[in-house]
Amino acid sequence: MSWEQALLIAVLAGTGTYLVMHRTLTRIILGLGLLGNAINLLILTSGDGPGVAPIIGQDGDFTDPVPQALVLTAIVIGFGVTSFLLAMAYRAWTISGSDEVEDDITDRRLARSEATPDDQPADPEDPA
Amino acid sequence: MSALLPLLIVVPLVGAALSLLAINSRAIQRSISVTCAAATTAISVTLLIGVDRNGTEVASIGDWPAEIAINLVADRFAALMLTISSTMLLAVLLYALGQRTDDERSRWYHPAYMVLIAGVSGAFLAGDLFNLFVWFEVLLIASYVLLTLEGNDGQIRSGTTYVVLNVIESFVLVTGVALIFAATGTLNMAVLPERLAALPDGVRLGLNLLLLIAFGLKAAVFPLFSWLPDSYPAAPSPVSAVFAGLLTKVGVYAIVRTQTLLFPETNRELLLVIAGLTMVIGVLGAIAQSDMKRILSFHIISQIGYMIMGVALGGVAAISATIFYMLHHIPVKTSLFLVEGIVERETGSSTLGRVSGLARRSGPLAVLFLIPAFSLAGLPPFSGFLGKTAVVTEGLDQRSWWIVGAAIAVSLMTLVSMLKIWSGAFWGAPDPELADAGHPGILRKHPMMAAVTTAVVALTLMIALFAGPLYRFCERAAIDVTDAASYPSAVLP
Repeated sequence: MSWEQALLIAVLAGTGTYLVMHRTLTRIILGLGLLGNAINLLILTSGDGPGVAPIIGQDGDFTDPVPQALVLTAIVIGFGVTSFLLAMAYRAWTISGSDEVEDDITDRRLARSEATPDDQPADPEDPA
Repeated sequence: MSALLPLLIVVPLVGAALSLLAINSRAIQRSISVTCAAATTAISVTLLIGVDRNGTEVASIGDWPAEIAINLVADRFAALMLTISSTMLLAVLLYALGQRTDDERSRWYHPAYMVLIAGVSGAFLAGDLFNLFVWFEVLLIASYVLLTLEGNDGQIRSGTTYVVLNVIESFVLVTGVALIFAATGTLNMAVLPERLAALPDGVRLGLNLLLLIAFGLKAAVFPLFSWLPDSYPAAPSPVSAVFAGLLTKVGVYAIVRTQTLLFPETNRELLLVIAGLTMVIGVLGAIAQSDMKRILSFHIISQIGYMIMGVALGGVAAISATIFYMLHHIPVKTSLFLVEGIVERETGSSTLGRVSGLARRSGPLAVLFLIPAFSLAGLPPFSGFLGKTAVVTEGLDQRSWWIVGAAIAVSLMTLVSMLKIWSGAFWGAPDPELADAGHPGILRKHPMMAAVTTAVVALTLMIALFAGPLYRFCERAAIDVTDAASYPSAVLP
């Protein structure tokens, strides 16, 4: 692996991780896209070094074709998952007008009931 | 015989394709699904019998030499898991047909369910790490669709957590796979043990940890479990039944496989601590909840601890205990969720306090709940007692006193939280509005759901009844799994 490749993977993975830690789904999706590409590049570098010809014919040096095949599969899977996530973000936006991921409902109710002193659930009719 | 292996994946995938073609007719979709699920179950059973008689079956796709081909491998362990999981998938499908809810009416339910079957079969059969990843993805994507089928607010919210966490889990897994390929030049699980053994200890530990984190998240072990009680309860009952019974167990299967085959000198102390914490935290979470589905979801986590405990103890006896535990846990957990589904269908809620007096209204339903509940807690004479005894005995033999103490304490606490469901939902006076005279029995109102649930509960009783031969089978499977030479010599000519 050349240092340029390592740097590129590091920048993609770092930016991706930063974005994934946000609460808005669109940012998470962008972050996951970057992270996924960082890992795709990592798979690619797990073959030989850069600059060798792809596998054509029988003679001479060629790069290991296996990581390329793996990357292709990983890209297709990433594409499918990303489109599913985008559909979900769109759905979240049509329902609530925002794509912010909320806390678990029971957790929120628990937090509220702890805030109210008399051990009663703050709102028993809150639909679960 | 080995021609059966690809069929386990091809049949449900063809079913999914046909189901998509018949997208406008629910009747055709139903018959396709039932046919394919039944065929998968029949093939699995045939395979199980064949594998037990003739040893491990291998199918190298495209007839390439086994070192470089995509291999499908069915040893006794894989065949057993395939049989129990395809049986459960068929049972839950029939239950969903009987439930006639909106999810099942959705045109996407049946194709997604077929893809889920293919993914589960593929994950059990995969003979190399990359295909393991691919089949994991297949079953995950099907599970994303099933989890968010209604597309309502709650499902989208918990679906987001589930999808994002699982995508990250996949990234960790692919990173592990890429680095293993970089270090060894192969991903074939038959070639890997030898190549991995030649690596420096530190590299091997790093690779092992990457795989453990990925599969641990899938299996919901401590501290990677928080997504599970958040997302499973949001799914409709038949979907959460199949998720609860199967999906985490696919993760456990992958952990058993990698820890015994690829990293046999694994860090047992670390795994033991993880197992203990998974049990304890899971059951404490269950006690704190007041919703049936959430209690049962936390139980999944605590039960996973027992399976990991077997893996951590290592050796033939402990691995056979783990395999038996998985065999018992899958139908028991599924049946609990199926009972919960009937309760929810009948009363419109699974929150304790809003449901009460079910035992007075339907004695048989109460029995259907009590049998798997006692089994899960580990009371004799049910299957859970035998599974727990096997794991605990092995812990005693290996003098791991504290984990044995934890295991016994957790099983008592499991009973406590089951009694919470019992006293909340089944005991007490029935809701006066619903307890009118002339009200038909709950089970009679939902004959299909009742029949399937009864069949699954009966299966758990059969596991207890035929524990002797089943346990001997698990021991034979464990001998295959723990013997380092058996897998490579079966795959490579």
